[in-house]
Amino acid sequence: MYNFTFHRPTTVRQAAGLLARNPEGKLLAGGHSLIPVMKQRLASPTAIIDLSQVEGMAGVEQKGRSIVIGAMTRHADVANSTVLQQALPGLAAVPGAIGDPQVRNRGTIGGSIANNDPNADYPAACLGLGATIITNKRRIAADDFFTGMFSTALEDGEIITKVSFPIAKKAAYEKFKHPASGFALVGVFVSKRGSDIRVAVTGAGANGVFRVKSFEEALKKRFAAKSLDGLSIPATGMNSDIHASPEYRAHLVSVLARRAVAKATA
Amino acid sequence: MPAVSMTVNGKPVTGDVEARTLLVQFLRENLRLTGTHVGCDTSQCGACVVHVDGIAAKSCTLLALQCEGAKIITIEGLAEPGGALHPMQEAFRENHGLQCGYCTPGMIMAALDIVRRRGNDLDEHTIREQLDGNICRCTGYHNIVKAIAAGAKAMAKGGARQAAE
Amino acid sequence: MSATGIGATVRRKEDFRFITGQGQYTDDVVRPGETRAAFVRSPHASAKIKSVDAGAAKKMPGVVAVLTGFDLAKDKIGNLICGWMIHSKDGSPMKMAPHPALASGTVNHVGDAVAVVIGETLAQARDAAEKVKVDYEVLTAVVDPAKAQAAGAPQIHPDIAKNTIYQWHLGDAKATDAAFAAAKHVTKLDIVNNRLVPNAIEPRAALAEYDAGTDNLTLWNTSQNPHVARLVIAAFVGMAPEHKLRVIAPDVGGGFGSKIFIYPEEVVCLWASRKVKRPVKWTADRSESFLTDAHGRDHVTHAELALDANGKILALRAKTIANLGAYMSTFSSSVPTYLYGTLLSGQYDIPSIYCEVDAVYTNTAPVDAYRGAGRPEATFVVERLVEVAARQMGIEPTELRKRNFIKSFPHQTPVIMAYDAGDYLASLKKAVEAADVKGFAKRKREAVRHGKLRGLGYSTYIEACGIAPSQAVGSLGAGVGLWESAEVRVNPTGSVEVLTGCHAHGQGHETTFAQLVSERLGIPFENVSIVHGDTDKVQFGMGTYGSRSGAVGMSAIVKALDKVEAKAKKVAAFMLEAAESDIEFKDGKFTVAGTDKSAAFADVALNAYIAHKFTGAELEPGLKETSFYDPTNFTFPAGCHICEVEVDIETGKTEIVNWTAVDDFGTVINPMIVEGQVHGGIAQGVGQALLEGAVYSKEGQLVTGSMMDYTMPRAHDLPSFHVGLTETKSPSNPLGIKGCGEAGAIAAPAAVINAITDAIGTENLAMPATANAVWTALQGAKPRQAA
Repeated sequence: MYNFTFHRPTTVRQAAGLLARNPEGKLLAGGHSLIPVMKQRLASPTAIIDLSQVEGMAGVEQKGRSIVIGAMTRHADVANSTVLQQALPGLAAVPGAIGDPQVRNRGTIGGSIANNDPNADYPAACLGLGATIITNKRRIAADDFFTGMFSTALEDGEIITKVSFPIAKKAAYEKFKHPASGFALVGVFVSKRGSDIRVAVTGAGANGVFRVKSFEEALKKRFAAKSLDGLSIPATGMNSDIHASPEYRAHLVSVLARRAVAKATA
Repeated sequence: MPAVSMTVNGKPVTGDVEARTLLVQFLRENLRLTGTHVGCDTSQCGACVVHVDGIAAKSCTLLALQCEGAKIITIEGLAEPGGALHPMQEAFRENHGLQCGYCTPGMIMAALDIVRRRGNDLDEHTIREQLDGNICRCTGYHNIVKAIAAGAKAMAKGGARQAAE
Repeated sequence: MSATGIGATVRRKEDFRFITGQGQYTDDVVRPGETRAAFVRSPHASAKIKSVDAGAAKKMPGVVAVLTGFDLAKDKIGNLICGWMIHSKDGSPMKMAPHPALASGTVNHVGDAVAVVIGETLAQARDAAEKVKVDYEVLTAVVDPAKAQAAGAPQIHPDIAKNTIYQWHLGDAKATDAAFAAAKHVTKLDIVNNRLVPNAIEPRAALAEYDAGTDNLTLWNTSQNPHVARLVIAAFVGMAPEHKLRVIAPDVGGGFGSKIFIYPEEVVCLWASRKVKRPVKWTADRSESFLTDAHGRDHVTHAELALDANGKILALRAKTIANLGAYMSTFSSSVPTYLYGTLLSGQYDIPSIYCEVDAVYTNTAPVDAYRGAGRPEATFVVERLVEVAARQMGIEPTELRKRNFIKSFPHQTPVIMAYDAGDYLASLKKAVEAADVKGFAKRKREAVRHGKLRGLGYSTYIEACGIAPSQAVGSLGAGVGLWESAEVRVNPTGSVEVLTGCHAHGQGHETTFAQLVSERLGIPFENVSIVHGDTDKVQFGMGTYGSRSGAVGMSAIVKALDKVEAKAKKVAAFMLEAAESDIEFKDGKFTVAGTDKSAAFADVALNAYIAHKFTGAELEPGLKETSFYDPTNFTFPAGCHICEVEVDIETGKTEIVNWTAVDDFGTVINPMIVEGQVHGGIAQGVGQALLEGAVYSKEGQLVTGSMMDYTMPRAHDLPSFHVGLTETKSPSNPLGIKGCGEAGAIAAPAAVINAITDAIGTENLAMPATANAVWTALQGAKPRQAA
């Protein structure tokens, strides 16, 4: 790891100020994506701005028909939130599937979303529920937020403070774990909120998380696993590595989408 | 160099460290608490698991400075000051839950966190799923799983304190 | 049987320090004035080094020294060597390319070390290592062993044509061909035995300290055999005379073979320590381990089995290309030859066997022994052939095995080995019963109802352990003898230290060896301590690998204990004023036959040292004996493993739902420890079959260079195992031990693949059988196979 200066702001404003003064600086949330990359010397931020002391950035609460999760809320706390488990259990299952228990004890929703790892779980939930990412500057719809592998709509100096998820009547996540890393080899989040049907896929696409419109259309007719029978997506544009071919990933998208709908409607 | 202070195994400690110092380096090199091990560099193996404010964490993926003011418990802090082993330590020995011993401190610290989260009555499936963050190359996990189930039960029986007090 | 004697489940002595965080592994040792080493490694698989510029690095803060391959060559530090000579079928000796600890001419695999930075801190050393500028001329790499010998393939080492180290063979080609010509049925398989990364959880480490006052060097390292390390570093590398070099292997966090070998980093730390006159420590990070630890397996094989109409095996032939990587590691040459070809008879009476092995260089990390070493590869060939033949001929796999089992002993195979004892039918029968094979059909029907395919796979394996009679291995090319040593020191108070040439890195020798001594001398288990891993304390010994410490190491202790008993009887005779021939020893007490006169062991020990009852002319004082035990044969552990799997039809994911192992290890000293060894071995074998596989890109980059890409078996990948034993004693050592350390890793891969192929109904499945691979096989497409 290269050395850096370390900062612990106590307000979002201070954090934003530090970011402005340290253009090569990085925000540190749970650190479970950033620190490993720094250890490999693949990232060399000159300043680390630790958000852990910023007041009011963690917690899960229901606000009307939405669940609002503070950006610094750890995966384990989201997974165990009774509010969430009652209102939107399909979402609670997502952080419960991330990494391993120790990672879930430290990793945060804000960190995960800002990093937008193409194999991460939360982006599927955000896109699959039509979440709104709230920053110190604005509100960004999930559909506009994830712009490609490790890339988001976040601008310089922008800090995610909260994520708001609309409460869907039916929602579920199905994940096929990468056998070595525990990331999603493929993960599919499905939801139904009135006429808004969403199928979001992580892990599979070369450009990160994406929606499967053809599946969504089929599910609009009837939100049931059977509606997806015979449907598939092309292997072109799927990731390819030693653990899964594009064809296999495309196949898993169909399998997991059916399983997720079955779970959501069970 | 920035200064850091925390409580480790009940004792206040301070040190001057480079900002890039990991918690595991601070424990091993500054405090000479070498029971916490490093087995990988990608946060996979869990040999470095310690408790930070009562919760299991991979000390290879935390900066020492992130732990300013925190209460840390390492494997060295588990046994009673008088020498009596923690029931989970005892269970690992009783069930042959270790061979080379290298992953063991992390396994025991992770096991205690499973008890914290899932209680004292643990079935095999739960233990295996919850051990996802710890790799052992020697035991095939068979006896680790047995040890954790037994250790969890023993903790309930003895009204044993949780590790991270 | 006493509560702590032979056959008793005794909790381990070593555990207290490990469960309390007080183990002392190499990286835990800190010496005053210690510096840290960071290596500059090649990012290329094959390249010429045009220049190395250390100027900028030397100016970095905290840098003590920057040393390059050119400096190493200038100081005439010798090359690392492979210590087992293999001759090709034409009689020519194997072709060993020079392996300098730091490269100065060419680099031959990604991770090949070019320079080292010695820094005040590790971070400073690493910062500076990045500033060492190496100018490379990148060359085309050879990665695929099956293509290494092709015409036009780049030649990795000068003078070694076709990258071919040797072309070895074993057996009778003519007789085998004739048997095949007469066969009613021939089963043919193309097999890739996938390349594995050992991944002991403790990374390799070395700490070297030079004492200018005495000119002595001390090396703490992660070694399974510190004396052999000292011998090689002294005699071949020429670092220091043997008596001026002390090697200490303290607690070692797993080895599995990978810590047998002598590695460049150990040599460089010693050399650097002498140059900078300060201790130098290096500890691999996991990425370095992936790139530089000796890998395992990596065979490409075509194998055939000839049978008559009744399923009687007539002959077996195999042609294997073994990838030894960029350099020949310490024992690499022996693994695909005498540890592989000699086991191709399995548990079967096979009249003719012929095996050819070409060993090749590639631009990949060196390949050497990894848990099982050659025997898993042999077992996979034999057990896949037998299972597939049974399926093809419509004979129950167990029935075909029974028809061919060796049933009388000793049995001379056509491939050197003389099996001395075993009962293969007994372990098969017991395993079949324990696995409830009878109920399998019903379980299979039920599985389909929830979208799963069930399969059952057998592996009736054999291995040759307890390596080995020195004369025998010497005749096969070994550069060393494979005996073991022991010294039993009885103290005046009657407590005992045993100094063993074995080395424990998880096996529990401190416990099992003490059980033996406690039983033999009738003294409390607590009064025995086992000393190992320090060349200054322990007489020369050969170390621990090849499941040899019980069969060979404990036999050496038995021999030394015999001598202790004989000497103690002499002492007791003086004490009890009786004839030596009248002294009997039992349960820790010396008695005079037919009388009630007796002396306790501790009294005799004290009298041996105070020497008041005898004169020096009559008897030497003291009670300490040494032995060097050379076994009379290999031992032949064998058994039957049965794996039951469920394959998810939709995803191809395999779950192991049941594992039954029945092994014959001969005498068992501590059943708890033996079972633990079996569990661990199975896990590594399952890892090979389902999860693990080192993959290089065609440019020679290690694609699986971390635990994010290389799948290590985790708790949820494995079931609990049902482990049982049968017992036929080994007649080749005084305790009847056969060895248990590698059995699981040897048996498991074939059992898993036999089970999955049984489930999915096609044999076309390579290891690791990932979900993707199984799904692909299920689609009828062709997964990766031997080229």
